[in-house]
Amino acid sequence: MADLWLQFLLTVDATLRVATPLILCAMAGIFSEKSGIIDISLEGKMLMSAFAAAAVAALTSSALAGLMTAVVVSVLLALLHGLASITLRGNQVISGLAINILASGLTVTIGIAMFKQGGQTPNLSRAERFRPIELPFAEQIGNLPLIGPIYREVISGHNILVWVALAAVLFTAFILTRTRFGLRLRAVGEKPEALDSAGVSVAKTRYLALIVAGVLCGMAGAYLSTAHGSGFVREMTAGKGYIALAAMIFGKWQPRGALLACLLFGFLEAVASRLQGVDVPLIGEAPVDLILALPYLLTVILLAGFVGKAMPPRAIGEPYVKER
Amino acid sequence: MTDASQMTNGGSTPPLAIELSAINKSFGDVHANRDVNLKVVSGHIHGIIGENGAGKSTLVSILYGFYAADNGLISIHCQTTTIRNSADAIGKGIGMVHQHFMLVPNFTVLENVMLGHEGSLSVEASAQKARNVLNKLSEDFGLAVDPDMIVENLPVGLQQRVEILKALFRGAEILILDEPTGVLTPQETVQLFDILRALREQGVTILLITHKLKEIMAITDDVSVMRGGEMVAHLETAQTSPAELAELMVGRKVLLEVDHTPAKPGVPVLQAENLCLTTANGIDHLKDISLTLREGEIVGVAGVSGNGQSELLDVLSGITAPTSGSFHVGTSKITTQQPSDPSKLRRLGVAHVPEDRHKCGIILPFSAAESMILGYSGTDEQKQGWWLSPSTLKQNCSDRMQHFDIRPPLPSLASANFSGGNQQKIVLAREISAQPKLLLVGQPTRGVDIGAIEFIHKQLIALRNEGCAILLVSVELDEIMSLSDRILVMNNGQIVGELAREEADERQLGLMMAGIGAEDGITTSQMRAGS
Repeated sequence: MADLWLQFLLTVDATLRVATPLILCAMAGIFSEKSGIIDISLEGKMLMSAFAAAAVAALTSSALAGLMTAVVVSVLLALLHGLASITLRGNQVISGLAINILASGLTVTIGIAMFKQGGQTPNLSRAERFRPIELPFAEQIGNLPLIGPIYREVISGHNILVWVALAAVLFTAFILTRTRFGLRLRAVGEKPEALDSAGVSVAKTRYLALIVAGVLCGMAGAYLSTAHGSGFVREMTAGKGYIALAAMIFGKWQPRGALLACLLFGFLEAVASRLQGVDVPLIGEAPVDLILALPYLLTVILLAGFVGKAMPPRAIGEPYVKER
Repeated sequence: MTDASQMTNGGSTPPLAIELSAINKSFGDVHANRDVNLKVVSGHIHGIIGENGAGKSTLVSILYGFYAADNGLISIHCQTTTIRNSADAIGKGIGMVHQHFMLVPNFTVLENVMLGHEGSLSVEASAQKARNVLNKLSEDFGLAVDPDMIVENLPVGLQQRVEILKALFRGAEILILDEPTGVLTPQETVQLFDILRALREQGVTILLITHKLKEIMAITDDVSVMRGGEMVAHLETAQTSPAELAELMVGRKVLLEVDHTPAKPGVPVLQAENLCLTTANGIDHLKDISLTLREGEIVGVAGVSGNGQSELLDVLSGITAPTSGSFHVGTSKITTQQPSDPSKLRRLGVAHVPEDRHKCGIILPFSAAESMILGYSGTDEQKQGWWLSPSTLKQNCSDRMQHFDIRPPLPSLASANFSGGNQQKIVLAREISAQPKLLLVGQPTRGVDIGAIEFIHKQLIALRNEGCAILLVSVELDEIMSLSDRILVMNNGQIVGELAREEADERQLGLMMAGIGAEDGITTSQMRAGS
């Protein structure tokens, strides 16, 4: 019994770790999409910043420097997306797709040029990564029956970015509902002309939203390569940006809903890796490939419209044109 | 700022709130405003009247900073200024109520009012302040709205009130209203005019943009007439008449009244029994609609838009099948079990001029000749089978263009390049040329100039006199009253009453449209009362 409980807690712990980049990305998505900009470039921004974080961490031996660079790189990509879709009024999906393709190619090309390891960055030592934070008394409290392991396994032992991700959810909710910027952000995604006629710049508001999204996305990338993993591997995001997008839609563009959806996806992935090679009653050995595909299958199913009635921001995807 | 400038003005000339001189604005080849001058006296209600495309909206958009003028001078309260964007305009005390509301639909009234003028980084702090101001404004001007309602759940009249409150909240001393009554019931219009009068008493200057003569006569102090991008006259309302204004707008004499002779109804052409239309999620669009249409009569359907008129046209033209009930066209019966489609009904002699010509009437990128045969391409009358013959198509189109006075008479011009009135004439020409027994017409003159309205109305009467039955759906009460032989009123998916031509007046119709049977109503003379 105690063993099963521990197994469960370990899965929950893994869920949090796997869900962290999804949560950061989904919050980034909320910022862009609430402002009316479709953001499929979450994937590319995350990939590029994962590379930037790992590369700079390897060169400077500082995880923090890596994180900063990742954020800057991601914000620059967000501004590029903004330039194409806000200023030049291009198609937001195409612009996002271009960024994803760019990231996929550039990371490998620069990686080979810099490190000559086939597109990977060197393995980062413990000192060059974000390390787990062991909370005080983890061992003592951890020995308490039932409740103790929760503290030891689930709450303690996460790196700072996991906490940042959870804080990002509160931050996003706060900004959206309690601040002036949030009010304008929601307005610009619903009816940009209303904001314009109220004398507020549509472009400025949207750019600002994209910059915030860029910061969050940069942290998600840094987490992948310098906290969760120990270095950059080509295509290491593996569609996580799209899954975050799906989670955000599943969560109806709301921080709380998106958080829950991210945790669901994270849980599936955690279960999938726990089930590898395990004998499941009735089925026999778990079909690993199928289980690994579960989060992706779920993404497809959810995006295909089993989301219920989700109301996207009304002006999403439309460039704002004032002159006729 | 206002006081200072008014004081320097002094003397016998009234202080001017707005002075525009020699404003020009072009969009590509289109000269939308040409040397426009305008003087608006402070504290007056000043009307600008003109046909669609006369340049009224462009002019006020320049005033509100949506577009920049190519050249010209703008003075507000006797100070020359430049207005580069809406923020500048708001800063100068100009507020605007747009034709299409600039409200965020899923926001509360309060959120909409404070948007852009929150005054503090925290929403809560600004909301409290805005709530107080809003309450005061509501009391001062009799503009009661619940600040916590979601805007999209409010009736249109109240949404417009929110727009006015928004402008006042920003400290507007000059209020521009662009075609404010297009979406209102007659009663709501009266309420709006009461509000405008109250605003005038508080010293607010109002610029009212409209194409409705009646409104100009009812509420304005001064009126300016625009035609073809130019100002053609500035008049005192008391010194002018609807006929004079109409002539100035169009540039020639216009018959405001249609030459309507008594109808000679013949045998029934259309008989509908208990038509119902319920959507999959349980919303009733039509409830138990029964009506009869005879040869040689025009039956008008009055109602505030969105009360089932569009759905009625869809069902009768075969676009949608009724969920229960039936209707007969001649001897053919259409029910839920035996639905029809627009092409079958067309063969039975039912023609349809749809409400939304851009969506269902013509295809904008198609040439006029192609739009002219939409839906009739396979009929004998067109002598077109599998192959389209460009020369026949063109010939056929130019004949009709001549007959219906469609300008420019170029069959190969893209439909999008015709004005609204001429696009409507293309649709009308196509449907009337099919020599229908029954013509369904939705909003025949929406977005159409006075000159073209006159022509379209004449065509409809002529068609009736030839024995065609016409079902006329319109939100323009004047149009319904001047064309119809009988008038049906729809409210909430039901026919709530029928009036003979002689019995119908605006007050009665307005009350029925609002779903009220009571007697406290409104007439044009009452609209004028209180000024």
